[in-house]
Amino acid sequence: MKYPKNGRFGEFGGKYIPETLVPAIEELEKNYLKFKNDKNFKKELDYYLRVYAGRPTPLYYAKNLSEKLGGSKIYLKREDLLHGGAHKINNTLGQALLAKKMNKKRIIAETGAGQHGVATAMACAALGMKAEVYMGYKDTIRQKLNVFRMDLLGAKVHPVKSGSKTLKDAINEAIRDWITNVETTYYLLGSAVGPHPYPVMVRDFQSIIGQEIKIQMKKINNKVPDSVIACVGGGSNAIGTFYPLVNTNAEIIGVEAAGHGLKSKLHSATLSAGSKGVLHGMMTYLLQDEEGQITETHSISAGLDYPGVGPEHSYYKDTKRIKYHSATDVEVIDAFLMLTRTEGIIPALESAHAIAEAVKVARKGKKSESIVVTLSGRGDKDVEEVQNYLNKNVKD
Amino acid sequence: MSKIKEKFAELERKNQKALISYIMVGFPDERATISTVRGLVKGGADIIELGFPFSDPLADGPVIQNASTISLEKGTRINKFFTLVKKIRKETDIPIVLMTYTNILYHKGYSKFIRDAKKAGIDGFILPDMSIEESKEYIKAAKNNTDTIFLISPNTTKKRIEKISKISTGFLYLVAVFGTTGVKTGIKNYTLKAIREVKKQTKGKIPIGVGFGVSTSEDVKKYISAGADAVIVGSAYLKLIEKTPQDKLESRIASFTKSLKKHTILKQ
Ligand SMILES: Cc1ncc(COP(=O)(O)O)c(C=O)c1O
Repeated sequence: MKYPKNGRFGEFGGKYIPETLVPAIEELEKNYLKFKNDKNFKKELDYYLRVYAGRPTPLYYAKNLSEKLGGSKIYLKREDLLHGGAHKINNTLGQALLAKKMNKKRIIAETGAGQHGVATAMACAALGMKAEVYMGYKDTIRQKLNVFRMDLLGAKVHPVKSGSKTLKDAINEAIRDWITNVETTYYLLGSAVGPHPYPVMVRDFQSIIGQEIKIQMKKINNKVPDSVIACVGGGSNAIGTFYPLVNTNAEIIGVEAAGHGLKSKLHSATLSAGSKGVLHGMMTYLLQDEEGQITETHSISAGLDYPGVGPEHSYYKDTKRIKYHSATDVEVIDAFLMLTRTEGIIPALESAHAIAEAVKVARKGKKSESIVVTLSGRGDKDVEEVQNYLNKNVKD
Repeated sequence: MSKIKEKFAELERKNQKALISYIMVGFPDERATISTVRGLVKGGADIIELGFPFSDPLADGPVIQNASTISLEKGTRINKFFTLVKKIRKETDIPIVLMTYTNILYHKGYSKFIRDAKKAGIDGFILPDMSIEESKEYIKAAKNNTDTIFLISPNTTKKRIEKISKISTGFLYLVAVFGTTGVKTGIKNYTLKAIREVKKQTKGKIPIGVGFGVSTSEDVKKYISAGADAVIVGSAYLKLIEKTPQDKLESRIASFTKSLKKHTILKQ
């Protein structure tokens, strides 16, 4: 699905938006189509990605972890080493640069774990723009390190106290701001979700992950990896990893947050347990009740705590090109500790979902097989959360 | 002819414009909704717009957001809502429009939801997140059943207004301000200009209703004199409902409605 002209991946996607936003969305699509193939734009973005953000990121053979598991070789795509500590900067540099070309002076964004907010604040500081970030109140508490970081970077953080006080409500509030200030404001959406053209644009900006993996694995093994794994919240690091590989024979697995388990209702596994619906401008799989009210989600990781998912993932779920599995909070903590202790790498809790799946796949796999896992971010922001979790569960 | 269309024709004969009153069902409870509807009818509202709550009302400001949350907490569900509409229908045949979000219809299936709504007594729909590009199935399901009222905004291009006014039935909803519902920004020149231009462009083929932030008699007067065929008042009603005890609700709603309605009656 190169560029979905009518904004649809199969039946998924579209633009279900208030009429006030239509001119802004049309302007965005026009400019995105113009600049995405513009030589100077590409050169400038490439410059920032290399010299500012730190691309290309290494592909690290996790020897200790692989040998401990005794199965396939696990390679980590080190997006955690990027400036800001997550893959989010790939997208924020692209969109902030685009906003600048469009002469937009005010940037708004939503954030869950705070990583997209931080990456937005950085890109805006670097490019001389002002950023305001909406963040669910619950997330401002469990990810408060990132609130301080955004503050220091000069972004204004608006805590959102409506609804479940997490990512979905931050998106609602950002959209309301955009409706109100549509003529001056650029909405820098942080995942492969929302109305067309956001899902395809964010996917394109994140696809550098999968493109580099292809080149790097070719150098190492002279072939594509046998399996590729990434965690799925809205789905941006996953689609960026997967998209360049969907036409190869690699097995592709997206990992959702199973929270307390898929039967518990306390999870965020939209593709594994959801049904089709319309939210945040897109038709996609959602977690909702039998009357179409969006349900509250849970994940130990704020970045995956979202009841929707990017429409292109819904498409690949239905066409069965990509498998979508899930990992529970308990499995995630185990994976988090295992990677930290075997390799000295502290992963973001979001990324630890992908590690948990990789552990399962590697155990069953052959030594000659290779698995690439996208380590979407580093775990400094989660250290306190993990400590609280361990304290609580040791006491219990 | 649809009931909404008939209503506009009747008002035209009487040299009046329409007052459309919005309330959130089940806010703060079902009894209040019944009393409010009685007050609206008594006070002379021409069309009633019932809001059905959605968990994520992204076009709504704090007042309607809060009302949605409370309504859902109080247990508003689709079937209960239809039963309530049937109850209301025993008392009045005033045109009733349902305002909610696309997912509520999508999830049940457009056809099924619209059929059930029509059976209960709903005459039309307003879906603020339904763009014309995505509306094919919805329009098909509503055809010959209920009106499909689409929204335009002060920044909508002439070309789009042309398209939207062709598929909108009942009336065309002009969003007065850049913003969500209920946020009071005062009367803007761009709104008055938009009303005049849309009226000129649509040449009376479809009535133009102006809503979002319309809350006082003064607003009603200004928009009507700029050429609006209808005004839609919402958040102001919810604020009044919130601070009025149940036993005074019907009479206070009626007198507030009367105070708005009188500015839609043109001098002969
Ligand atoms: C490190 C990290 N990984 C993954 C995600 C989930 O987002 P997405 O699914 O868009 O990659 C987040 C979101 O905050 C994140 O911070």
